Amino acid sequence: MSRIDRRFAALKATHRTGLIPFVTAGDPSPQHMVALMHALVDAGADLIELGVPFSDPMADGPVIQHASERAIAKGVGLNEVLAWVAAFRQLDTDTPIVLMGYLNSVEIHGYARFAQEAVQAGVDGLLLVDCPLEESAVLRPLRDAGLQQILLAAPTTAPARMAQLCGSAEGFLYYVSFAGITGAAHLSTGDIAARVADIRAHAKAPVAVGFGIRDAASAKAIAGFADAVVIGSALVERLAGATDAEEIAVRVRAFLTPIRTALDAH
Amino acid sequence: MNKIVDFNAFPDAYGRFGNYGGSYVAETLMAPLAELTEAYLRLREDPAFIAELDHDLKHYVGRPSPIYHAERLSQHVGGARILFKREDLNHTGAHKINNTVGQALVAKRMGKPRIIAETGAGQHGVASATVAARLGLKCVVYMGAVDIERQKINVYRMKLLGAEVVPVTSGSKTLKDALNEAMRDWVTNVTDTFYIIGTVAGPHPYPLMVRDFNAIVGREARAQMLEEYGRLPDVLTACVGGGSNAIGLFHAFLNDADVRIVGAEAAGEGIATGHHAASLAAGRPGVLHGNRTYVLCDDNGQITETHSISAGLDYPGVGPEHAFLKDVGRAEYVGITDDEAMEAFHLLARQEGILAALESSHAVAQAIKLAREMPKDGIVLCNLSGRGDKDVHTIAAREGVQV
Repeated sequence: MSRIDRRFAALKATHRTGLIPFVTAGDPSPQHMVALMHALVDAGADLIELGVPFSDPMADGPVIQHASERAIAKGVGLNEVLAWVAAFRQLDTDTPIVLMGYLNSVEIHGYARFAQEAVQAGVDGLLLVDCPLEESAVLRPLRDAGLQQILLAAPTTAPARMAQLCGSAEGFLYYVSFAGITGAAHLSTGDIAARVADIRAHAKAPVAVGFGIRDAASAKAIAGFADAVVIGSALVERLAGATDAEEIAVRVRAFLTPIRTALDAH
Repeated sequence: MNKIVDFNAFPDAYGRFGNYGGSYVAETLMAPLAELTEAYLRLREDPAFIAELDHDLKHYVGRPSPIYHAERLSQHVGGARILFKREDLNHTGAHKINNTVGQALVAKRMGKPRIIAETGAGQHGVASATVAARLGLKCVVYMGAVDIERQKINVYRMKLLGAEVVPVTSGSKTLKDALNEAMRDWVTNVTDTFYIIGTVAGPHPYPLMVRDFNAIVGREARAQMLEEYGRLPDVLTACVGGGSNAIGLFHAFLNDADVRIVGAEAAGEGIATGHHAASLAAGRPGVLHGNRTYVLCDDNGQITETHSISAGLDYPGVGPEHAFLKDVGRAEYVGITDDEAMEAFHLLARQEGILAALESSHAVAQAIKLAREMPKDGIVLCNLSGRGDKDVHTIAAREGVQV
């Protein structure tokens, strides 16, 4: 059983909704990245999504675009991201880590090399925004090495394709709550609830919902029908500009604690 | 090449040209792309659609465009005959209209009331705004802030045509970023919006569809060559940014194994300086903007900023079919520097009375290089893809002239 599977099994056993914060690797500060990851766990994260900065993030809104640009300007690439995961693993062997990003980063690094280095560092899964199921044959070396490929489903996904995604999902299935880019804010929980209920009935894996969740209220609204919620842009925005480990930890706690509380009160 | 390839067999059903192409997009776009593919594959066989397209190309665009023997230029160079396919004579002044007329008709048939487009030099933006005005569709054009500055005339033309021009300030503020932003718009407005991509890049079916709409350039040129010269040219050349005018000229000749094909990329200040946009000559296979192709990027996979005097060639990727043609050895891709393009621009203006677009001036420079090495009875056919009116301010500024 993978670390991701174990974590979702534990959540299910305790009837809790998972909290998955997303941060852009290297932002706000490359020096304090490992401290940030530990702070996320201390504030209640069940799984960490680590964004691999890419120069052309087509699916991301301005907040994550700018965070990526800041990280790239500081020289952050896959080597740094993998080193931070390895450092994090020295103190935390339980919290699953999923790298989220775009295919070109892995393609240029080399699939076989990435697979070996990512497993060695302690990465559990990979969510490549621009690599749909149809194109994922290139990821075979990653799957063979034990990395789980996290698939996305969207409101526009047609029924036959949704069945295919549900059948192929591993780790968890990431449901994009609306057609748009990350960080946009027009969440319609009624529509999402029906769709997610349908997916959960068919998917082999748990379902996490992301895009548009910004605070305790929106997280709680989703918690009623999802196995986990993903919060990215709002957190990245909150962390921007923080310069030391203490300030980062304070901001993480201030942001995530009410969300954790709301999810657990559900 | 060591085996015979039928180039008409590409792309396959997944939009792949050998190892290149495909659909590398966010899940939200998979459904609209499937819808578009289904609609387009049906329309390209539909006699009523084809008739409407042919009618518009003839009466609105002004096709066919002639091939023109540049006699004084050829004599000046002192080698083979240089012929130009005069896409600069089309309505709006470039080959880009061939594609936008076609895609706008697809949008109309699909019932999409809003079109979006990205643009670099502004030619595709103008061509999109033009067809949107004609069909009464709302039009939004994304354009990098840097490009807006260097292509002011085209920005104003788009506004006169009723389009909204949205400046893009992320990344390098050029064509690639405009494409990212247009994709973000599309992913947000998938139900009512049709995205008119301006080059043979992007996810399937765009490289196929844009190639099909531009392939009329080569089909006409091939028939004109046979009719007027009784033979095919020895060499074809065209400039390659994304590569739509080039694939448009090349495609009808791909199975003519004796016709040499040379694409001219923007070598900017020289490939060795790193300030260029020569994805095929100096890049490596990667994934950008929905397809696998040659890209300019660093060892972290970050797409690098490009440089060219011509905004339309200032792009770090290239259409996947060109990547395929390079790998199988059917076409060669070489770099032309800013200085070489400028020299060709002036030479063509003085010898033939034609102001070529800076993009097309790269092809003219390559045609001159090729012709110089060939015997007098040889023929170089060069795609003169656009006219240079839009570039006069850029040229004046570069040469220190106040206009």
